[in-house]
Amino acid sequence: MILTENLGKQFDNFWAVSDVKLDVKPGKILALLGQNGAGKTTTIRMLTGLLRPTQGWARVNGHDVVKEATQVRASVGVLTEQHGLYLRMTAVEYLDFFGKVYGLDIPTRKKRGDYLLEYFGLAEVANQPSGTYSKGMKQKLALARTLIHKPPALLLDEPTSAMDPESARLVRNEIANLRSSKRAIVICTHNLSEAELLADEIAIIYRGKILIKGTLDILKDKVLGPTEYEIKFSIPYNFVNLKIPKDIEILEKDSQKLRFTTENPEENNPKLLKELSVAGASVLTLEKTSRTLENAYLKVMAEAQGKEIQ
Amino acid sequence: MKEKLIPVWWLAQRELKDQFRDWRILFPLVVLTFLFPPLMNLVAGSAVEFAAKYGGELILDRLVPFSILIIGFFPVTVALVVALEAFVGEKERGTIEALLGTPFLDWQLYLGKFFVGVVFPLLASYTSIAIYVYMVKKQDLNLPSPNLMAQLLILAAAHALLMVAGAIAISTQSTSVRAANLLASFIILPVAFLLQAESFFVFWGNDYLLWLVAFSVLIMAILLIRVGLAHFQREYLLGREIDSINLKWIGRTLFDSFIGEVKTPFEWYKVQVGASLQKIKTPLLILSISAVFISVASYQVMSALLPPEFAEKMEFSDEEKEQSLDKLQSAMGLPADETEITFSFIFFHNIQAVLVMFLLGLLSLGILGELAFVVNIGIIGAVFAVLDGMGMPATTLFMAGVLPHGIFEIPAIIFVSAAILYFGAIMVTPNPERTMGVVFVHALSDWLKIGVGIVFPLLFIAALIEAYITPQILAYFVQ
Repeated sequence: MILTENLGKQFDNFWAVSDVKLDVKPGKILALLGQNGAGKTTTIRMLTGLLRPTQGWARVNGHDVVKEATQVRASVGVLTEQHGLYLRMTAVEYLDFFGKVYGLDIPTRKKRGDYLLEYFGLAEVANQPSGTYSKGMKQKLALARTLIHKPPALLLDEPTSAMDPESARLVRNEIANLRSSKRAIVICTHNLSEAELLADEIAIIYRGKILIKGTLDILKDKVLGPTEYEIKFSIPYNFVNLKIPKDIEILEKDSQKLRFTTENPEENNPKLLKELSVAGASVLTLEKTSRTLENAYLKVMAEAQGKEIQ
Repeated sequence: MKEKLIPVWWLAQRELKDQFRDWRILFPLVVLTFLFPPLMNLVAGSAVEFAAKYGGELILDRLVPFSILIIGFFPVTVALVVALEAFVGEKERGTIEALLGTPFLDWQLYLGKFFVGVVFPLLASYTSIAIYVYMVKKQDLNLPSPNLMAQLLILAAAHALLMVAGAIAISTQSTSVRAANLLASFIILPVAFLLQAESFFVFWGNDYLLWLVAFSVLIMAILLIRVGLAHFQREYLLGREIDSINLKWIGRTLFDSFIGEVKTPFEWYKVQVGASLQKIKTPLLILSISAVFISVASYQVMSALLPPEFAEKMEFSDEEKEQSLDKLQSAMGLPADETEITFSFIFFHNIQAVLVMFLLGLLSLGILGELAFVVNIGIIGAVFAVLDGMGMPATTLFMAGVLPHGIFEIPAIIFVSAAILYFGAIMVTPNPERTMGVVFVHALSDWLKIGVGIVFPLLFIAALIEAYITPQILAYFVQ
């Protein structure tokens, strides 16, 4: 659905994006993470046919972004960094205008507009100029615009920025629903927990290049190593007579806890629990240690910046 | 086609809704449309009374059309405000990306904005004119002839088209409304001069010339619209964040394009001048053929205009001939004393003429430059016809007095005009690979290469011959 190969954009002598390879299939969400100026917006603009790639190619919904830019624009919904609302227009007029531009007939755009306004809780203010809305309401209306024509591909730049937690959750739910309706979605975000929650695949971009890409688990494994587990004891334990099954690597142990890693947790974790029970340990909990996307992201960025300094 | 034009109306409709909710646009439009005609009527009434008192019937007769010209112009000025912020305003308000991300085609976006910019100020202008004409009629004053009225209405439309096309071109090239407003002087000043010239022609009362002016302004407006369409790029609207005139970049690009990687003057001629010549070969062919056609046509026209008894009338006394020659020299900007017409005078005079032609072409997308070409070549045929009409040996005089240096000077004029024509053509040709600035600098470089490499040397040789050889040949023939 969204496919790029060797995609790059040069402004004067500066490469804003280079060698970007993406493959976002229908029903999948790719989160593009990176610092400000990393090349996320430039990538999105190339995928919308707003910027001509300097190198490589991209296809969205089967259309080439250069040769069939109009078809590309018709088949994507784009939420830009700025909400892009005409502040003297009401929400009804605004959605009607964009519905018209995207080729919807009058009954369809009325029905779709009413649904979206209701869904995002804007129905009550639908006939007020959008200039009177709060930041969050403006963002919701912008998102409604993005969805008015039910595009098969969505490109969302910071979709929940400026929203209150309730609205942000509403938007996240809508994005998740869109995934289940077989849409290919790319989200640019600084909100790592949002990416973790929504994305099927994550790409970290730095200075125009994708440093690492993969599913959340693969990314964590690649960056933070294999999954770690931690056992907590209810009574202090001294590890006497404990036979540790092979394939378990102990990372840290004391009288309160045991931290380990294993390549085959399904088989080895029960074995370890059994051995601990035999050795008289009183186990309170066994759980995966926290390995957030934030840890992985910060590590990747630190490595990238470190390499640059070297 | 109708289907493709409908989105233009959608965009225009949206813009209109926005504008009619903005009192800052509505208020001046209403004031200029409805209050200015009575005010003008009052002023014109006083002027008529004053002129009638002192027998200024001619002025009186022309005051009404002049007032219509001015009344029609004022509401059109609002078009400038609307058009100037057409794209850059959206950029500044952060709405441009959502709009550019829609399936609108580039020309639909351009025309949608253009339509709104032109149509309503123009409607206001025509309403204003109608109000004034009604007032004039009620006062039993003479209304302009239908012919003049048509010219005035066309001029009002041409002003609107010209100003909006220019303003939109500025709007697409600026990064802030403030910068666009500052650049607006590039529209206001030429249009102010244009209005002065048009007023002059209205008072002169020459129908033919006024039609020519209206037609030229319309052509210029159409070319400017074409420039706007040709260089409208979504990418450019999003690309830049700050306005700055990058003189270093202009200098480097001009130098790279002018010199390139050549090492010797010979190589420069072969590579750089050769490449520019290749580019202007079609304009060269067109203008060479046109030169023959224009000179023959001007000869025919002038011959037809000359009265049959012209030769007898031309039998002036020596004193009269001397006076006529002095007047002619003064009109052409030549010094009264022939000894001052030296090689350097001729050379720099011609260089000055070539630069003026280029400057005129630069400001009018080639039109005024080509007009200068037509006048220059036309004069040759006309002079030939006058000499013939006077019963003088025109061919001999031409061979002796014009051809020796003309063989270099006329091609120089054709080359320089071809470069100007190419400049105009390249500016109105769409080029998605290059920005308007890059196209402009490269076109300028091509003109310079033709100028420095071909035109200036030809003018140098022509001046040498004109100063030192032509007088000898002429003297020989006269003897």
